[in-house]
Amino acid sequence: MAQTPEGEAFVEFERVQKSYDGETLVVKDLNLRMPKGEFLTMLGPSGSGKTTCLMMLAGFETATHGDIRLDGKSINDIPPHKRGIGMVFQNYALFPHMTIGENLAFPLEVRKMGKSERDEKVKRALDMVEMGAFGNRRPAQLSGGQQQRVALARALVFEPELVLMDEPLGALDKQLREKMQFEITDLAHNLGITTVYVTHDQTEALTMSDRVAVFDDGRIQQLAPPDELYEAPQNSFVAQFIGENNTLSGVVTQITDDKCLVRLDSGEEIDAKPVNVSQVGERTTVSIRPERVETNKERLSDDAHTLKAEVLEFIYMGDIFRTRLRVANSEEFIVKTRNAPDQPRLRPGEHIEIGWLPEDCRALDA
Amino acid sequence: MSDTTDSGPMLAADGTPLKESLGRALRRQKIRALALIAPLLLFVLLTFVIPIVSMLVRSVENQIVSDTLPGTIAALSEWDSTQGDAPSEDVFQNLFFDMFNAAEAKEHTKLGTRLNYENTGLASLFRTSGRSMDDIGEVFQDAIEDADARFEDGAFWYEMMSGAGGDTLLADRRTRWSALTGDNMSGDVGFAPSQDIAALLPITTAAYTDFAIWTAIEDEDIVAEEDPWEAVYAALAVDLRDPSRVAAIASYSGAGADALQALTATEMPDLTFTEAFADLDEDWVSPDVWETVQVYSPNYTPGYFLNSVDRELTIDGVEARPENEQLYIKLFGRTLWMSLIITSSCILLGYPVAWLLANLPVRTANVLMILVLLPFWTSLLVRTSAWKVLLQQQGVINELLVWLGFVDDANRLILMNNSTGTIIAMTHILLPFMILPLYSVMKTIPPTYLRAAKSLGATNWTAFWRVYFPQSVPGIGAGSILVFILAIGYYITPEIVGGTDGVFISNRIAYHISRSLNWGLAAALGTILLVLVLALYWVYDQIVGIDNVKLGG
Repeated sequence: MAQTPEGEAFVEFERVQKSYDGETLVVKDLNLRMPKGEFLTMLGPSGSGKTTCLMMLAGFETATHGDIRLDGKSINDIPPHKRGIGMVFQNYALFPHMTIGENLAFPLEVRKMGKSERDEKVKRALDMVEMGAFGNRRPAQLSGGQQQRVALARALVFEPELVLMDEPLGALDKQLREKMQFEITDLAHNLGITTVYVTHDQTEALTMSDRVAVFDDGRIQQLAPPDELYEAPQNSFVAQFIGENNTLSGVVTQITDDKCLVRLDSGEEIDAKPVNVSQVGERTTVSIRPERVETNKERLSDDAHTLKAEVLEFIYMGDIFRTRLRVANSEEFIVKTRNAPDQPRLRPGEHIEIGWLPEDCRALDA
Repeated sequence: MSDTTDSGPMLAADGTPLKESLGRALRRQKIRALALIAPLLLFVLLTFVIPIVSMLVRSVENQIVSDTLPGTIAALSEWDSTQGDAPSEDVFQNLFFDMFNAAEAKEHTKLGTRLNYENTGLASLFRTSGRSMDDIGEVFQDAIEDADARFEDGAFWYEMMSGAGGDTLLADRRTRWSALTGDNMSGDVGFAPSQDIAALLPITTAAYTDFAIWTAIEDEDIVAEEDPWEAVYAALAVDLRDPSRVAAIASYSGAGADALQALTATEMPDLTFTEAFADLDEDWVSPDVWETVQVYSPNYTPGYFLNSVDRELTIDGVEARPENEQLYIKLFGRTLWMSLIITSSCILLGYPVAWLLANLPVRTANVLMILVLLPFWTSLLVRTSAWKVLLQQQGVINELLVWLGFVDDANRLILMNNSTGTIIAMTHILLPFMILPLYSVMKTIPPTYLRAAKSLGATNWTAFWRVYFPQSVPGIGAGSILVFILAIGYYITPEIVGGTDGVFISNRIAYHISRSLNWGLAAALGTILLVLVLALYWVYDQIVGIDNVKLGG
């Protein structure tokens, strides 16, 4: 399922499994290839195995089965301190008894680097994250955002080729988080380092990554660039997990290569794009993004199937309108429309007809 | 924007200054908080602070000398010890009357015990001499009674001595008695000395008043019906030695005047008190004894403290005690040194255990924790006795070592009744006090620090030493303070397994409290121990900082 890019992989997981108790697998058959310089995000709900994967890569957990390779060499038996992988921890893990400068010098010191070279690199790394003036402070004297930058600088100061980040922005407020997202990706691309980023925040994953691996139940559910992930989810988990999504369940009644007809449980019929269905009679969940629903019947083609809908709620959100409808027995059907001059504002109780382009509605697994 | 910069103090809404208003609002809270802690405060005050303070006061208290020998001390102030002579007759005369009273009240042995701490031998000197006071007095009694039989009659004496205007004298003698005995000696004496006779025969009146107070209050007898003590006769004889008093008697017309006038014609025994005491014991005329009495006559003395540091107070100032009497400095040194060894062993043994406790999965850690706490559920005495079983020469450890061939049967290790035994047993007993603070501090160190250090390239050891260990230092500090302070005052364990080489200063304190009954010395030793602990605490605060001590959180 995972698409492997062409060329040589820098980081490679091959058939990796991990179990803590010998009874259940936390990571099931993981295969992943990352080219050099890629920014890859592991996204998933908690307990999906994403952090375990990161820890196996860092060397703090050992794979129960399978092979993890870095730059072509298996690192299964290499202890963490010899892997040369930079890591940013969830709560930064800045050493509280050392100053910022000492924190940054630590990785250089254990590499037996000379003092002058060390000082220069520390200074450069601090300047890089605009924290040059804070070298003599202690971590406790810094704000969350500043600590975050220092943690980043510390993970980069010894110039690793691979950097792992374990939910590094989780403790920051929204505004700072958005700023840091930009800074981190910028830095990663400028330095050309390969980054594995773990988060449960899908916005973060979509905005920062070259590719996103969606984890659930110990497997990668889909590995794709953000736009593909959003617009072409491979299964209903991904569709549900990434962005907002309307789902309706039904049975496939007709199917061709790029189009199928689904009879919903309410009896109505709609068009959809077959993704995870292959034959007539199969149960399916169709998925449609709220912003792809068309409320203006005139914009749809004549032969498009439409559904009757009753407006339950209309919420004005500034840039968009968010309308909740009752559609095919579901009361949680959401439509988002752009706040344009010609866009009608629906009133609760109004009856309308809605429809969509067949390719926007994906028939996924039930 | 309100302008408050130049308009004086900030005011509350009703116009009162804000500070006052706030203070009033907070007062109720303070009172409530105080009420909540009041029972405990009271309890601590009654059962901890007051006993300790009163105990510590004993370390400098020395009223016993001047309370028991008030007249002697006053007379002795004129004696110059550097001359090498015995004190004057006046001193011995006062000593006789003081000792007579003390012997009646059986207080002279206590004084002997007190002075014996400073000059060995004084206890028996006072004890044996006290018994002989009656004999000295009898010499005079016999002479007076032989001269005039009326002096044999208690009622005659009573009539002669009674009168008006001697209330001050009565109160004064009563105060002396209560200082000597510790009772308040209140109650009706049934006797009041006459002002006239007091002027005529001052020593006799004082002695008779002493007799009257004791008879009425302690013996609960009627003064008029009792025959006076031998000391009263001796006092009369002393008064009659004074020619001016003899002259005054000639013109005296009060009760018993004729008997007294007749008595002046009689020859009195020419026994001096100096001779009398010298006959009892040659030591009484030794300047050495009197030097001790003089040096320790003030109400407060540094003597106990000097004794605690192997010094003594002499007439020339502070001097070191003889080599064979030096004990306490060595004992303090040993106590500190062994406490330090015990604390270090506790760190070495406790650190890995605490680390395991903090890093094992909860279930395993709980089991381990129970093992750590298990000793608390066993009596201290039982644990120490168990060590006795293990450590003795025919004990478990030696048997095992012999059986394994590590130790020759003839050269079994001496693990007990020396400092080794004390160190082993106390390390075991105090170990939980090291582990628990260490554990609670380690529990707060997230494991991510170690991971972070390793991800930055540090080996396991470097990560531990540079990152984990510095953060656990507050736990080591807290544990060390706790263990060290507990160890320095430990008593039971050294007592049981310490023998003579392994005892602590507290064992000596206990000895002085319950065996030698030298409470003053025990109090002084205890005070020094307390000051020592506080001083170490202060030093620790300067070096490590008390803020760095954490018991958890």
